Amino acid sequence: MRFLIPAALLVVLLVFLGIGLKRDPREVPSPLVGKPAPAFDLALLGEPQRYTQEDLKGRPVLVNFWASWCAGCRVEHPLLVKLAGEGVEIVGMDYKDTDEAARQWLQRHGNPYRRVVADVQGTAGLDWGVYGVPETFVLDANGIIVYKQIGPMTEQAWNEKIRPLLQGQKS
Amino acid sequence: MIPEIGHFLLILALGVASLQFLLPSWGVWKRDARAMAFGQSAAQVQFALVFLSYLCLTWAFVQKDFSVTYVAANSHSELPLMYRISAVWGAHEGSLLLWMLMLSGWTCAVSVFNRRLPADITATCLAVLGAIAVGFLSFMLLTSNPFDRHFPVPAEGKDLNPLLQDPGLIIHPPMLYMGYVGFSVAFAFAIAALVSGRLDGAWARWTRPWTTTAWLFLTMGITLGSWWAYHELGWGGWWFWDPVENASFMPWLVGTALIHSLAVTEKRGLLKSWTVLLAIIAFSLSLLGTFLVRSGVLVSVHAFATDPARGVYILGFLAVVLGSAFSLYAWRAPQLKSDGDLALFSREGLLLLNNVFLVVAAAAVLLGTLYPLFVDALGMGKISVGPPYFNAVFIPLTAPLAAILGLAMAVGWKRAKFAEVVRQLRWPAALALLLAAGLPFLWVGSSGFAVFAGVLLGSWVLLTSVHDLWGRVRAKRSLLAGLAAVPRCVWGMTVAHIGLGLWVLGVAFVSLHSVERDVRLAAGESAELHGYEFFLRGVDPVHGPNYDADRGTVEVTRQGASVTTLHPEKRLYRAQQNVMTEAAVDESPIRDLYVALGEPFDNGDWSLRMYYKPAMQLVWWGGFIMFFGGILAASDRRYRLAKLAQAPVSADGKVTA
Repeated sequence: MRFLIPAALLVVLLVFLGIGLKRDPREVPSPLVGKPAPAFDLALLGEPQRYTQEDLKGRPVLVNFWASWCAGCRVEHPLLVKLAGEGVEIVGMDYKDTDEAARQWLQRHGNPYRRVVADVQGTAGLDWGVYGVPETFVLDANGIIVYKQIGPMTEQAWNEKIRPLLQGQKS
Repeated sequence: MIPEIGHFLLILALGVASLQFLLPSWGVWKRDARAMAFGQSAAQVQFALVFLSYLCLTWAFVQKDFSVTYVAANSHSELPLMYRISAVWGAHEGSLLLWMLMLSGWTCAVSVFNRRLPADITATCLAVLGAIAVGFLSFMLLTSNPFDRHFPVPAEGKDLNPLLQDPGLIIHPPMLYMGYVGFSVAFAFAIAALVSGRLDGAWARWTRPWTTTAWLFLTMGITLGSWWAYHELGWGGWWFWDPVENASFMPWLVGTALIHSLAVTEKRGLLKSWTVLLAIIAFSLSLLGTFLVRSGVLVSVHAFATDPARGVYILGFLAVVLGSAFSLYAWRAPQLKSDGDLALFSREGLLLLNNVFLVVAAAAVLLGTLYPLFVDALGMGKISVGPPYFNAVFIPLTAPLAAILGLAMAVGWKRAKFAEVVRQLRWPAALALLLAAGLPFLWVGSSGFAVFAGVLLGSWVLLTSVHDLWGRVRAKRSLLAGLAAVPRCVWGMTVAHIGLGLWVLGVAFVSLHSVERDVRLAAGESAELHGYEFFLRGVDPVHGPNYDADRGTVEVTRQGASVTTLHPEKRLYRAQQNVMTEAAVDESPIRDLYVALGEPFDNGDWSLRMYYKPAMQLVWWGGFIMFFGGILAASDRRYRLAKLAQAPVSADGKVTA
């Protein structure tokens, strides 16, 4: 009987590995989901006025933390441009970046953002619990965070998680 | 055209590998000599096909053929030739091809060096290796073809991951894979033993050199990986208990156990089913490592692009290969009877004890590595397991290992007298105590319980190894005659143990007595660290072939005397816009001085990270010396002599179709 023990352990291991495959280890639930967006008051890129969390209210918005120096941001960028073309409102939070670099980057790759907030010091990122760009927060019309995407936005996350959430909002 | 040829060669190789699996298996079943002998030619043809296919991919990289998706994703027109050649294994698809090349190389070696093996053992071995090759080749062709083309052809490649643009990383993966894949041979031998029901001293003698060879490559691979992380990641650390590191360390631990239990099986005919189990587990852990790295089930600093389809495939492959192996084991292992009794206080008893510690240590690493996965799968939240767990669990498990090691070398096979062993070892023990008491003060200027214990264990291993050698030499007339009479496998053991002793010393000093300091410096300012003065002369821009860098000039002095000038760099790789830290290290056997550039401040100041790391070099040297010991042990002439002596015997047992 004891010669069966290794085989039994293998089965247990395989079951766990199988379950593990279906889960994303990077998907850490944000404590901010279900809470109002943290306050900030920052300058906009290329516009004279300032922007605060109040300006995010009134309609569903995607808040995308990105930077010109970030490789993952270039991965998700075409998708963001496409979503913006479909009428999704995306606000960019330019995280720990310089205005000049950000402007050049947007010129080169296209601008999906309705507004770009210049979070030069990364203070808003800190309050929002960002621990790496890109990260995208989904806000409902009341400015409540309903979802957080860590890492690049994907078609799958958009279709399976975020779009249903936003449709729930409108109806 | 060349990439298509490479792709076609892979398909051919899959066909040949399938035959290599099926025909010899059928031959073993039907006792058909021709079918059994077919495995050897198939193995050699398969190796030639995979090798040519590998050359095709290399050619595509050398020629900068960006129409090949994999080349475009991992190369760049400005990438130096050396890195274009090594970029072949810079990402998933190419590493698999390298893995496959190694597997077919090992298989080919088995088919060439098998002359003293009975035909059915060779045939079973080659069939098992063929089955593994089928799994990996079809994995590659179905989910990860490195020869895929894409249109339109991009004008420029995306460049090789800058982390991999380092000389250490050129040879690290091939070494590691040689080790991983090498355990497939021990695995195949284990299956052959189970199938044939024959497991004797001769079987252990066939398996030993293969296992030792795989082990020595793995040792080198892990050492190089650690050395690379130390120089390239800029954190001053050399081991992070990262899942990918653990994936290579677990087979190493089990492989080490296997080498020792094979010795017992060969000399005493004991621990047979245990040895077979270890051989299966060592290869299982190699495959598991592949799964963990490729499937993305765990978060790691070695972020390979992940793809669920690949994870599902490898999991299925794991289930089939390991499921059949462990079932076969459960069915046949009870028939493997040991030829004698095992006394605990004997060399075989202590080796068994050492095996238990090694396997428990491997299990603890496995548990820590997979714990986040278990917890997540059970819906108990997300956690991560870090170095505190591993250090807390691993060190208490390995400390007795070092103590037993020294004892085991002085204890004879079968039965030994405790009093006699104590009498023999009193001098090494006393000297080790003396070193443990004094060395920390001489080396780092202070001491404590942990460093005392570490130095005690390290010098105990060193001194008992030398003592054992001295015991063998002393019996002879002269020192030279004595040294010449020591068999090479004993040299191998002694050298590897000396390597381990140095390694333990290094680890004890560097992990307990490193000094670290983060400072902000302007050009012309200096900072002090452990008696050394670090003077930042300035930071200047320099340009490499495919990167731009800020290069610091740090002059190190001690009490006014110049020690060295270091040039840490912060590189921006142009194609991927990645910033990489190149630490600068002044190395000496006594201590490393390590400087890494941090972030620049707006006014031109720089943050600098400085480390004083005592005995860091001993950790690398320990690894290299263990590697060298492995070479000595694996090349012992008794493996070759046995081949010659048995040649006539195997000639009539062997098939000449």
